[in-house]
Amino acid sequence: MAAEGNAKPAKKLSLKENYALLTRGLGWEPSYEKKEDIFRTIDFEGVVIHDWDKWEDPFRLTMDAYWKYQGEKERKLYAIIDAFQQNNGQFNVTDARYVQALKVFINGITELEYLSHRGFNMLAREFPGVGPRIAAQMQSLDELRHATTQIHTISQYAKYFTGMNEFPYQFDRVWYLSIPKSFFEDAVTSGPFEFIVAISFAFEYVLTNLAFMPWMSGAAFNGDMATVSFGFSAQSDEARHMTLGIEVIKFLLEQDPANVPLVQKWIDKWFWRGYRLLSLLATMMDYMLPKRVMAWNEAWEIYYEQNGGALFADLARYGIKPPKRAPETIAEKGHVAHQMWSVFYANRDAVGFQMWLPSEEEMAWMSEKYPDTFDQYYRPRYEYWKAMEAAGTPFKNTTLPQLCQVCQWPCLFTDSGDPTTLSLRETEYQGQTFHMCSDGCKDIFDDTPEKYVHAWLPVHQIYQGNCFLPGVDPTAPDFNPMYEALRYMGIKPGVDNGDFKGGADATNWEKWTSRPANIHEGAYTDAVRDSHIKS
Amino acid sequence: MPIKAITPDYHGDFKDGVEKFNGNQLVNIHWEKHLMFAWPMCVPLPPGMPFGALIEGVLPGIFGAHPNFKQIDWNAVEWKTSKGPFKPDLAKSLSDNGIGHKTTISFRTPGLNGVNGNAVC
Ligand SMILES: [Fe+2]
Ligand SMILES: [Fe+2]
Repeated sequence: MAAEGNAKPAKKLSLKENYALLTRGLGWEPSYEKKEDIFRTIDFEGVVIHDWDKWEDPFRLTMDAYWKYQGEKERKLYAIIDAFQQNNGQFNVTDARYVQALKVFINGITELEYLSHRGFNMLAREFPGVGPRIAAQMQSLDELRHATTQIHTISQYAKYFTGMNEFPYQFDRVWYLSIPKSFFEDAVTSGPFEFIVAISFAFEYVLTNLAFMPWMSGAAFNGDMATVSFGFSAQSDEARHMTLGIEVIKFLLEQDPANVPLVQKWIDKWFWRGYRLLSLLATMMDYMLPKRVMAWNEAWEIYYEQNGGALFADLARYGIKPPKRAPETIAEKGHVAHQMWSVFYANRDAVGFQMWLPSEEEMAWMSEKYPDTFDQYYRPRYEYWKAMEAAGTPFKNTTLPQLCQVCQWPCLFTDSGDPTTLSLRETEYQGQTFHMCSDGCKDIFDDTPEKYVHAWLPVHQIYQGNCFLPGVDPTAPDFNPMYEALRYMGIKPGVDNGDFKGGADATNWEKWTSRPANIHEGAYTDAVRDSHIKS
Repeated sequence: MPIKAITPDYHGDFKDGVEKFNGNQLVNIHWEKHLMFAWPMCVPLPPGMPFGALIEGVLPGIFGAHPNFKQIDWNAVEWKTSKGPFKPDLAKSLSDNGIGHKTTISFRTPGLNGVNGNAVC
């Protein structure tokens, strides 16, 4: 009898009641469809779950609270992005080398956020338990938000600098972007339990701080307030994601002892894959940030050796051991950044950003940070390359690499015991040869070769003739395969790639800001020299 | 342990069989102790190419920029694959020398171990 004004308003639920209704009330028992027809992907991995209600989501976040929090964060973030754009904040960063790091981010990382969005969407459909489905649904939305906020933030840089405007196109085609792409597609094509152990636990819980903390403090330290803002806007989401990661592991381990070896296998695999992916950050931290925050080896010590050590000590009571290939990551920590930067430099005509050799000041820093490795193994190489540049015969590699069948990095890593010997591994499977970069990747291939024989390896695709734009004739007399492969990848030869000095970004930077494009080398162009004389 | 998949007996197709390379096979070549060339170089080559033509026609394009390259005494070079050391017959084809699709050949040049004897460059 509402018309007479005597209906009682609905009783307002407490947060706890609201969450209980959301997560338990939605989980009805099907009556006319079989449960296994509704949840078709939940059994094949061999995980045993007795009681989905044992899943505890410590956040107990309800949808209305979720929308409210996220909406507030969006409003704050976009106010900052607006101010950043109005004030030409893109010119307030340390120098134009910093922008090269943003290219790695927008081209290599942002698409992972989107893939993560898709992966968690699938979990939100596939899990029979409502608690984890709600958590996965929210994370799926978070990840979509991360992708869009990163795109919006970095779009301001893309108006002024090269190599950032084709990121979705490049992600599916550029040879080194197959490293992040294959990582996440491996996860998304796994079963739901492997996916959540891979992404929520191994990646978010064990490794993500390593990406987040140095990256965000690096952005802050170099004056990139826009990146810092989207980073902090994502941080409270990350806290929720990490908690999901640890809850998942404990839930699986407590449900049934049969889950322990499965979880262990996935931890071993995804720790290694995540490590190989994140070591790209090593080059960003040590080489691309003009003002450095900490060295990669220090970050690894804090975020893996100490924090990870405590975590795995805690999980030991379930029978879980630290990741099998953790010792290799520790043995490599003084090498990876230098090995990767060398490779990018030597192949600078084939990448979508511009490269330079470390300055004297930077090399002095590396000698101090890497006393056991830098002067012995990497300084001599850089000094030789500098001499070649000075002689007008700069070194360039022109031949494509042997790729790892699993992580898709070139086989550029060295053996733990000997930094002058490459760590080359191979497996013969059904009469064919497959190459791996390390024991960690070989473990993964040998466990499921059925999956990895199918990997889309860019080098092999180029040689099969699958990486040229329509209309390109490989039999034409002036056919240049390198040039054509770059065009196919969405890299503009002569604009996006090559040497930093003399490149479009460095030259424009000096013209527009009257500041040196490389703070360690002084002005490259008259634009800066003139303005300094005047002032 | 076989893969666990939704589809029984799942097996991905082989993406890189030799039949997909237009008559060539892939060969990876690694010059040991010259880590300026920091990876094995992957090149498509006809399986019938003589091993000598690999040395004369292919390797200079890959490694020629290194100051050690011109000093190499090819009779002294030590060759190996994952199956162990071998002595190539230069007149015979890659196939007849046991070099198949995706074989990685490593070679070592005694006395020449990088710029100023430093294997990292
Ligand atoms: Fe995210
Ligand atoms: Fe690998």
